[in-house]
Amino acid sequence: MTTPAPASTQTVDLTARFPGVVQADARPGYAGFIVEKDALIEVAAAIRDEFGYDLLTAVTGVDYAPDKMEVVYHAYRTSGGPGLVFKVQVPRVDPVEVPSLIHLWPGVDLQEREAWDLLGIKFTGHPDLRRILMWEGFEGHPLRKDWKEGFYEEDTKPFKSRWPHGQFYMAEDKNPFKDNLTFPQNFDPEKWIPEGDALLYGALARYTVKSEGGISTDRIVINMGPHHPSTHGVFRAVMTLDGETIVGLKPVLGYLHRNHDKIGERNTYLQNMPYTDRLDYFNSMTNNFGYALAVEKLMKIPVAERAEYIRVIVSELTRIQNHLIFIGTLLNDLGAMYTPSLYAFEERELILDVFEAISGARMMCNYFRFGGVVRDIEEAEMQKIKDLVYERIPPKTDELDRMLTENEVLVSRMKGIRMINAEDAIAYSVTGPVLRAAGVPYDIRRADPYGIYDRFDFDVAVRYNGDLMDNYLIRIDEIRQSLRILDQAIKQIPQGPINSQKPQYQVRVPAGEAYGRIESPKGELGFYVVSNGKPNPWRYHVRPASYVNLTALEKITVGQKIADFVVILAMFDIVMGECDR
Amino acid sequence: MDNETLSLPEYDIPADMQNLVAVTTLDRLYNWGRRSSVWPLMFGLACCAIEMIAAQAARYDLARFGMEVMRPTPRQADLLLVSGTVTKKMVPPIVRLYNQMPEPKYVVAMGACASGGGPFKEGYNVVAGIDKFLPVDVYVPGCPPTPQALIAGLIKLQEKIDKQTLKDASWYKRKTKDPNYVPIPILGPDLIDPRRNAEIKHAAATPEEN
Amino acid sequence: MYGKGILKGLGVTWKRFWDTYTEDLAWLLRGRKRYYTEEGVRHRASKDQKGIFTVQYPEEKLILPEEARYLPFLVYNDLPDGKREILCTSCGICAKVCPPQCIWIVRSNDPQTGRPIPEPTEFYIDADICMNCGYCAEYCPFDAIKMDHDFEIASYGRNVYNMEQLLKSSEYYKSIRPVNYAREEAARLAEAEAKKAKEAAKAAAAP
Repeated sequence: MTTPAPASTQTVDLTARFPGVVQADARPGYAGFIVEKDALIEVAAAIRDEFGYDLLTAVTGVDYAPDKMEVVYHAYRTSGGPGLVFKVQVPRVDPVEVPSLIHLWPGVDLQEREAWDLLGIKFTGHPDLRRILMWEGFEGHPLRKDWKEGFYEEDTKPFKSRWPHGQFYMAEDKNPFKDNLTFPQNFDPEKWIPEGDALLYGALARYTVKSEGGISTDRIVINMGPHHPSTHGVFRAVMTLDGETIVGLKPVLGYLHRNHDKIGERNTYLQNMPYTDRLDYFNSMTNNFGYALAVEKLMKIPVAERAEYIRVIVSELTRIQNHLIFIGTLLNDLGAMYTPSLYAFEERELILDVFEAISGARMMCNYFRFGGVVRDIEEAEMQKIKDLVYERIPPKTDELDRMLTENEVLVSRMKGIRMINAEDAIAYSVTGPVLRAAGVPYDIRRADPYGIYDRFDFDVAVRYNGDLMDNYLIRIDEIRQSLRILDQAIKQIPQGPINSQKPQYQVRVPAGEAYGRIESPKGELGFYVVSNGKPNPWRYHVRPASYVNLTALEKITVGQKIADFVVILAMFDIVMGECDR
Repeated sequence: MDNETLSLPEYDIPADMQNLVAVTTLDRLYNWGRRSSVWPLMFGLACCAIEMIAAQAARYDLARFGMEVMRPTPRQADLLLVSGTVTKKMVPPIVRLYNQMPEPKYVVAMGACASGGGPFKEGYNVVAGIDKFLPVDVYVPGCPPTPQALIAGLIKLQEKIDKQTLKDASWYKRKTKDPNYVPIPILGPDLIDPRRNAEIKHAAATPEEN
Repeated sequence: MYGKGILKGLGVTWKRFWDTYTEDLAWLLRGRKRYYTEEGVRHRASKDQKGIFTVQYPEEKLILPEEARYLPFLVYNDLPDGKREILCTSCGICAKVCPPQCIWIVRSNDPQTGRPIPEPTEFYIDADICMNCGYCAEYCPFDAIKMDHDFEIASYGRNVYNMEQLLKSSEYYKSIRPVNYAREEAARLAEAEAKKAKEAAKAAAAP
């Protein structure tokens, strides 16, 4: 049995360095430091430069209604080790203002905008604080505890109307607007003037370039998406072009914002598990893993030994199928329509067959439970996994490699096209394969091991050129490393129970906070969960890899050719379900 | 299409002519052509889109139904496969795409979300089913529907196409205004459906009962 | 040499192309049917698959694993007198655990005794909200709600299933999930045995 790490670890003494303005967070179940609002920038600079916490991964707000709001920062060292949590508390009186850290870590850009959008926390000093997941003009900040949507029924599930007098009705019939709508009093839709995209295009105008050589050229504004065949899902990029060169770019997100955070706060802890499946819908197993880790940390329960191995096996299989799909869709985006992706989908189908046999569903596995997994891998399924790991996937990976890697067209499209360098990648909080392809060997499985990853012998795949070719090659490297881990896990897996707890639909979670993070195939996937001891989480926040990685998109693409944009976007391997949540 | 489905049953064709001649109606021939070349719009929203792609891929191979040609532009598409959660922010583009599709056009709501809001129905940015805006022809339940379930739904759509007749095909009627045109929703303080302006105004003016 | 990589890649696709025919030929020579047989479908879903990967739904169907889940259904036992014994006791656990809250149960009281009747009066599942997570089946203490294998349920309208549409016989359940059924049946028998033994012991102890 392994015991989970404490809810949050602190390894440096900030209170001694900044007496008076920094206090240790003394609430039971909490860890980290509470920083005075006015000293935030100074303390954050010290955390980055003196203490070496150079990677600020997660920024989010918590609404401790009725009196205060809190912004929580999670910082890590790229050299590895546990993280540092620091928080700012401000009174819950509008305007709620917190200084922006964008000048220290440009990677907080989108996360701060999200906190503004959903919680109404104003980050002073942020140059472009627009709504990001909702649209400009939307009424209210939906994650505030006193904000209610049209179909609001009760604060917490289970709803009383379902049993024992569960006479079916449509939610529409209970709402005055007959739909999931809320409008201000005396609102007149005919007089409404839509905000449109004026602010958005205004944000772009800052990138004005003067035409050279006396020839005046017009800059063109191009909207790519939300419906575009090669944006991965409903992603929209607005860019200004000078000829074929991108001079300004703004991602527009939220077209698949499904309110995971809000629904998650209403759900019980267990009910959130199938919702996490739908975050990054390619990798439901790893999503489950991250959430299970966070709640297990809160509950302080161990994980059954066999289940630990099962978790690693399914996670690595997930990583393989994700990277296979990545290669397939990347080639689609490069114009090699269909053949490579059809090949990749074949192997994926075989992996999904295994998932369906053990969990019941192809994509939405809902396989993890707190303390273990839901169902054992029986001998027949284990044999299938062995067949795949030893006989099927290695030769097929080699085949894909042989088919594509040396292809001259592919090489000329990708070699030497800049993606991002190590310094920028860290500043922009980029994680996952994109960071490792830039030469930073940062893999949470090694840097801050979770589960039982410390028991396996594998190399952190890393490439140093930081160009598109490296970003492609690192995926193949990672498939091979995953196969190594799978080989060891299959050989070492012990017999035994698959859950350390009894199956129960209502779990007791002590008050406190926890941040569970894993190395998902796209990067760091984190779940920040705050419990107040009740059956439902007080705050449930997902730190998605795709979303935070996109912060760097603007930095990377400005100055590149528009033809490369699609490939650069493909390299991030974004999934909108996770990105917009 | 084989003889049995093409030929009308009430005409007796001599046995030696069976494989040479078929007596059929124009409707049947016409519908056969349409049902066998339904081109979906290359348009994915969420999780279901991945199963839609899987249905296009090698194992399920929608090409067997003449549906492999996914058109990136709505002008060349016959079928809008709404595959995933429809959010309020995404509704205006979807309606616009639908309006741009030429007739005859069909809408399949794939999965729970597109059919009725799905698990995210209670969310503040989620539209409880695309049928609030577009006329849906086939609903495919499941979250997500497996590729086979999707194909079962598309077969259902083909059955529906088979039943249509040229006589009342709306797309050949002379008309001044597109009868299928759906006004594009507006993003206001919440999603505004222009068809329901009066209703919204009335409900907003009524003070809440509680 | 410029173009070598492309040729290598083409080699892969060429090999895949030929595999289709060599594989068909190999099956033919061995006198086995590759298409429209269970053996063929199983082979195409195994590690040895080469060549054609397509399962030609609806003529052939993939063999679903026992645990596969789609929408939930309610289980009833056929009684000898032609009536149905609905296993559900309307305890409401499925409605409470359901993440999107798509299960609606009406439990009514006996007009004479005023105590709840175990059998649900009404039972609804909104199939257009259900997320197929399987919690209801997992946490049902009476094995009364199970996840179905039937996926061919596309329709021309919205789907809210009432109790009549949800009920399926235990024979059907047995046919789609034989292993689970056998396990649950064994547990039920063991429980009945234990109860009997307990009662016998009680009867023996009583004077």
